[in-house]
Amino acid sequence: MGHKLISLAWVFVMLSLLAVGGGTAVLPEMQHMTVHQFHWVTDQQFRDIYSLGQVAPGPNMLMVMVIGYRIAGVAGAAVVTVAFFLPDCLLTLYANRMWRRYQDSPWRQAIQRGMAPVAIGLMLSGTFAIAKLSIHNAVSFAIAAASLGILMWRRINPVILIAVGGTIYLIFKSGFFA
Amino acid sequence: MNEAPAAPKQPGFGAIFTVFLAAGGVSFGGGVLAYLRDYIVNGRRWLDNDDFLDALEVSETLPGLNSVNMAVIIGDRLRGIAGAAVAVFGLMLPGTVAMMTLGALWVRQSQNPNVNAFLVGVAAAAVGLLLTVTLQLGHKQFVRPLDLMLIAATFVAVSVFKISLLWVLLTIGTVAVWFYRPRGDAATAEHMVHLRERLHSHRAHWRH
Repeated sequence: MGHKLISLAWVFVMLSLLAVGGGTAVLPEMQHMTVHQFHWVTDQQFRDIYSLGQVAPGPNMLMVMVIGYRIAGVAGAAVVTVAFFLPDCLLTLYANRMWRRYQDSPWRQAIQRGMAPVAIGLMLSGTFAIAKLSIHNAVSFAIAAASLGILMWRRINPVILIAVGGTIYLIFKSGFFA
Repeated sequence: MNEAPAAPKQPGFGAIFTVFLAAGGVSFGGGVLAYLRDYIVNGRRWLDNDDFLDALEVSETLPGLNSVNMAVIIGDRLRGIAGAAVAVFGLMLPGTVAMMTLGALWVRQSQNPNVNAFLVGVAAAAVGLLLTVTLQLGHKQFVRPLDLMLIAATFVAVSVFKISLLWVLLTIGTVAVWFYRPRGDAATAEHMVHLRERLHSHRAHWRH
């Protein structure tokens, strides 16, 4: 048990520090570590837990605590939450204070402009990882395409799309369209 | 409760907690930042829009979730380290309660085909949402050839060649920053003088 908690802490501290570009950017690495390297969850469980994060309010990546909970109960959830959020909070607190002093430094500009496209590429990879786990047929593809189209077309609360997407796929799987 | 409306520069901890709790409680699918901007810039006027965007720029460059990084930066600006802690706690509290409730239910139902089917649909809808957010965030980068190359290289390295994120950041990240490095030509030197002057005026400003 103690050994598991230490592994959980180590993995999520690493993921926390690598999360340049936010939570989505670190999803492929998180999937690799938790599914393929440590076998804490299966691909399907990883997808389900990610989806739970969409259903809950607030930052989606709070879903990491469910991975910890699945492995080591409430202690696991607590360890993962602290490991995934605390290092970034401390880093941001101190880096931001320093950053302000270099507001106009050309190197600050270089880092911000250089890392922006890398972060976008990582977010695309994170999106692709979730797509591979969820889009296996025409119905799931249609849900993703419709969600993209509707959000590009107008501002709508994403929770509506999330709920409708889940419901449509549930009806599809229950054989209603067959 | 300290509700003095005449002191917008130093809001109370209760007010900070309430605002971040609300943002963390009503936002779904990664919409936290829009709510934060609405509450903090338009509603309470703790920051102006430029300050908010400055903070966002820093949040996006540093590792970690943008919304949590924003809570740290804004909380710190309003009331120091304690303000940052209160802001992060408020932001994460509703989602934490919801996640643990859902997680406990899911662990018992993780083999239920209906639950799985619903969550597959949720994930599929989330793909559309993630793609929208990525396209909106990167609208400037997607039209610049150099940036587009860096986006493609990063995506291929992670998604096709499965290179570990640490190596991708160390290699492509370094190359990307090098591409945008400050150039040592005359125009830059002149620019630097201008920047230094601005920096000094900023410092003077901060002392007030």
